[in-house]
Amino acid sequence: MLLIRCPYCGERAEVEFSNGGEAHIDRPRDPMSLTDEEWAQYLYMRDNPKGLIAERWRHAHGCNRFFNAIRDTRTDRFVVTYEIGQPRPEVTPEQAAEAAR
Amino acid sequence: MSSLSRASARVPGRGRVNTRRPVRFTFDGRSFEGFEGDTLASALLANGVHLMGRSFKYHRPRGPISAGSDEPNAVVAVGSGPALQTPNLVATQVEVYDGLTAQSQNRFPCLQFDMGAVNNLASPLIPSGFYYKTFMWPRNFWTKVYEPIIRRSAGLGVAPTEPDPDHYAFQYTFCDVLVAGGGPAGLAAALTAAKAGAEVMLADETAEFGGSLLFDRASRIDGLPASEWVERTVAELKKLPNVRMFTRTTVFNYGPHNMVALNERLTDHLSTPNPATPRERLWQVRAKQVVIASGAIERPLVFEGNDRPGVMLASAAQTYLNRYGVACGRKAVIATADDSAYRVALDLLEAGVKIAAIVDIRPKPDSELFRKAKAAGIKVLVNSTVQRAHGSQRIHSVELAPVLPGGDVGEGKNYSCDLLLMAGGWTPSLHLFSQSKGKVVYNAELDTYLPGESAQAERSTGSCRGVYDLGEVLADGLKAGVAAAKDAGFDGEVDLPLWEVTSDAIGRGGFTGALPRRGKGLTAMAFVDYQNDVTAKDVKLAVREGFRSIEHIKRYTTTGMATDQGKTSNLNALGIASSALGRPKQQIGLTTFRAPYTPVTFGAFSGHERGNLFDPDRRTPIDPWARSKGAVFEDVSLWRRARYFPQPGEDMDAAVARECLAVRKSVGIFDATTLGKIEVVGPDAAEFMNRMYVNGWTKLGVGKCRYGLMCRENGFVYDDGVVGRIAKDRFHVTTTTGGAAGVLTMMEDYLQTEWQDLDVWLTSTSEEWAVIAVQGPKAREVLAPLVDGLDISHATMPHMSVVEGTIGGIPMRLFRVSFSGELGFEVNVPPSRALEVWERIWEAGKPYGMTPYGTETMHVLRAEKGYIIVGQETDGTATPDDAGCGWAVSKLKKDFVGKRSLALPAMQDPDRYQLVGLYTQAPQEVLEEGAQLVASPNEVIPMNKIGHVTSSYHSATLGRSIALAMVSGGRTRMGETLYVPMEDKVIPVTVTSPVFYDAEGARLNV
Repeated sequence: MLLIRCPYCGERAEVEFSNGGEAHIDRPRDPMSLTDEEWAQYLYMRDNPKGLIAERWRHAHGCNRFFNAIRDTRTDRFVVTYEIGQPRPEVTPEQAAEAAR
Repeated sequence: MSSLSRASARVPGRGRVNTRRPVRFTFDGRSFEGFEGDTLASALLANGVHLMGRSFKYHRPRGPISAGSDEPNAVVAVGSGPALQTPNLVATQVEVYDGLTAQSQNRFPCLQFDMGAVNNLASPLIPSGFYYKTFMWPRNFWTKVYEPIIRRSAGLGVAPTEPDPDHYAFQYTFCDVLVAGGGPAGLAAALTAAKAGAEVMLADETAEFGGSLLFDRASRIDGLPASEWVERTVAELKKLPNVRMFTRTTVFNYGPHNMVALNERLTDHLSTPNPATPRERLWQVRAKQVVIASGAIERPLVFEGNDRPGVMLASAAQTYLNRYGVACGRKAVIATADDSAYRVALDLLEAGVKIAAIVDIRPKPDSELFRKAKAAGIKVLVNSTVQRAHGSQRIHSVELAPVLPGGDVGEGKNYSCDLLLMAGGWTPSLHLFSQSKGKVVYNAELDTYLPGESAQAERSTGSCRGVYDLGEVLADGLKAGVAAAKDAGFDGEVDLPLWEVTSDAIGRGGFTGALPRRGKGLTAMAFVDYQNDVTAKDVKLAVREGFRSIEHIKRYTTTGMATDQGKTSNLNALGIASSALGRPKQQIGLTTFRAPYTPVTFGAFSGHERGNLFDPDRRTPIDPWARSKGAVFEDVSLWRRARYFPQPGEDMDAAVARECLAVRKSVGIFDATTLGKIEVVGPDAAEFMNRMYVNGWTKLGVGKCRYGLMCRENGFVYDDGVVGRIAKDRFHVTTTTGGAAGVLTMMEDYLQTEWQDLDVWLTSTSEEWAVIAVQGPKAREVLAPLVDGLDISHATMPHMSVVEGTIGGIPMRLFRVSFSGELGFEVNVPPSRALEVWERIWEAGKPYGMTPYGTETMHVLRAEKGYIIVGQETDGTATPDDAGCGWAVSKLKKDFVGKRSLALPAMQDPDRYQLVGLYTQAPQEVLEEGAQLVASPNEVIPMNKIGHVTSSYHSATLGRSIALAMVSGGRTRMGETLYVPMEDKVIPVTVTSPVFYDAEGARLNV
């Protein structure tokens, strides 16, 4: 069971969290101005990288707050967790290598 | 077995069993005596019984080859009765107690004479892949003929058929250093880690700490016999407050992020366990550091007849002798590729067992032990090996033969014996390391795989990483303990104990694969995986048939796939595959080790979560009243809801008909507490509601209600419910019973991640309001006298309004809403006062013939009105318009969740499924919910489905059946005849409006 650091509560077991899919996909400000293709892109298209992904988590059985995390999908190692609204943090090559290990 | 031989297998003065505490147990109905401290295997062996089971495929007689959890053969069922029997335990781990009953498995009618053994005669016809190849044809024979026969003759034990009366516990815990394995390396590591200040957990799967030291009579530590050093060290550990010690506890899973699972067996060894003690406890341990000290497993040798009772591992015989005081035979032959077997020979000799010969496949074994054995007068044949063991239910002789240059085998000679010991060298136990995702690395010097680089915060120590010399093992353990404590943050100086160790000098040895054999050996029953009956030639056959990857060979032959997880077989299978493929072992690799290390009971996994504790049982405050009125209940998500209130002699249909008519004619009372409720509060509450729901909220006046419909971003209906505006900045939102948590999560998601500009708070109030629905033409007359002077007349409080007040002094939010189509109110009160209020309303309703009704009547009443239930009429692909709720969608709002998707072309398709009503042409025919609709009764299969029935009831109000359906282009089909094809008939139906009763809504506005 993964150990996940909630930015508000600290490290907690995975069972307290639910995954919310890929992060940093902003809901368009004016959806009606989008073409069907653009809207479908927003609605359905997600990355499925082998490696680092920025994704949303919710501390469902805790503070109930959403936050973002960078995780390596191959190893399930987390590089960093951060609050919603913050930009995706830079990952150093060392951090990436550690997460991939 | 004569009583003489039964008594003679015990060796006086040897072993750690308590000879002052005899226990009686039965095996296959026969009564035996053992001692406290015995395993079932050691006690049976003490009674001269080697035959303990039949094999999986060929039903060959089998005895134990090991003395621990690596045992593949001696698989038994313990306990008796339909609930208490535990199948598939290994006799080498089961501890005996007074009254234990055990049975052998996989035999009919009995262990000594088994009909299934006919498979053994047919064995040349049952190679690997036999089942895949043979039972292909005729196809329908598989389920009717082949599978039942195969299932009866194969398979292991019989599962219990009744609920398990034992109880199981679960605990979640943390520690700095978890040490898996309590042998010499584990004890040393635990001691130093604890001395460094770390919180330590130490677990061992057996009844006692000490591991190999419990059967090691040769070594001395600080001048003490090894077992006394164990006692001293265990006592020292027990004194340390920061050490938790667990025996009979298997570390069976190493999960991500150092989450390690332990299974502690608390009562299985006890004759009369305390009923308050759980049988097993599952521990989930989050360890900062893990020290794996899981030891090494001795390898069997692969030769013909290596599975016959009386053939066992050398270290097993040593364990039975020195730990349990049992001599496994009177005259032994020892086949070895390793020095450690010589010590076993010397131990057995000392206990009075004759050694017919040691046969060593190595050309020039040369060690102190070798010389000691020679000096003791033991016959040693070097550069020679065992060809075959003779005997069926017990061996009586073995053929030994020299290995010739070039690998062939010379003329053999028979040696009579009743015990044949195998010493193929040691296989480090890599299971936990491999589960931790660490990669194993081939070590050429030791000719085995060892732990490579760690993937998690763990380290291996002792023989599980190829360190075998006892002095080195202890030093390695000390070092591992210090290092683990340091990595866990305890880096102070530790006073390391300086232990003086004298032990046998162990040279290099070991053998993997099949032993050399005279001739081609194609008929040989030389077993690699005993439990799954996989022979050397099965592995060779798999290679011949084109399998190259060891993972494929494993699956095709099933080697290593039995309950013992290939502990004794993996390396030999690899060796045989390697020579058959002509590729070195390191290029082939090991198969993946999977959890659990040893089988874990389902009881341990379920823990407390069974029966009433499996899921929370949510009950409303009205539940006791409903029970007292004889309500029949149903589960709705986690809630327990009254379904109907039958009167004596009534079935459900009769009760529901009566309840429906009472509501339509007078008044009914219904517990709607389970509705989800969310309080949406804040200056931007109305704007938030505008964005979340398809409806407009800006113009909704304070004190007014509106039916709210919520879509997901994909435009499909997600939830619905009435929303009341309590104040300008406060909405009382209701949701479906099952949707409450999901709706709040979706609202929180948008609020927290998309609309941080909005000043709104969301609070779940589902548990803060109990809801009493009073529905029917007399509802107002019942309630008016109770609401403390509140004016609830139609003029002041019309349909779809809400007011705050009190009812008998109890705070109340009163909604005038209806899910029945009648004049109706929903009385919201705090749950702690709800029963009181309910009873007051009930009393006031009696003069009007007030009738309690349940969810079934609620469903019929709403269907008569064409009100949808989200999840029944809709299925996650219905838009608001599909569901007949297009009127609710605001045309004015620039945006709301789902709006853009509703504008997609596919959402405008006129052929989309739309909500309609159906009348069966025979009025009393009630359709089946979920039934399909077609346009023509004569369609050929596959028919062209154009819709399905979503709700269907008998309506007492209308005196006929009604149904709701989703039908392609349904609203343009009014009056059309469609057909419901059923198994035995085709039912014609007429498409109609989904509103069957009071279409103009006159009954709501009174």
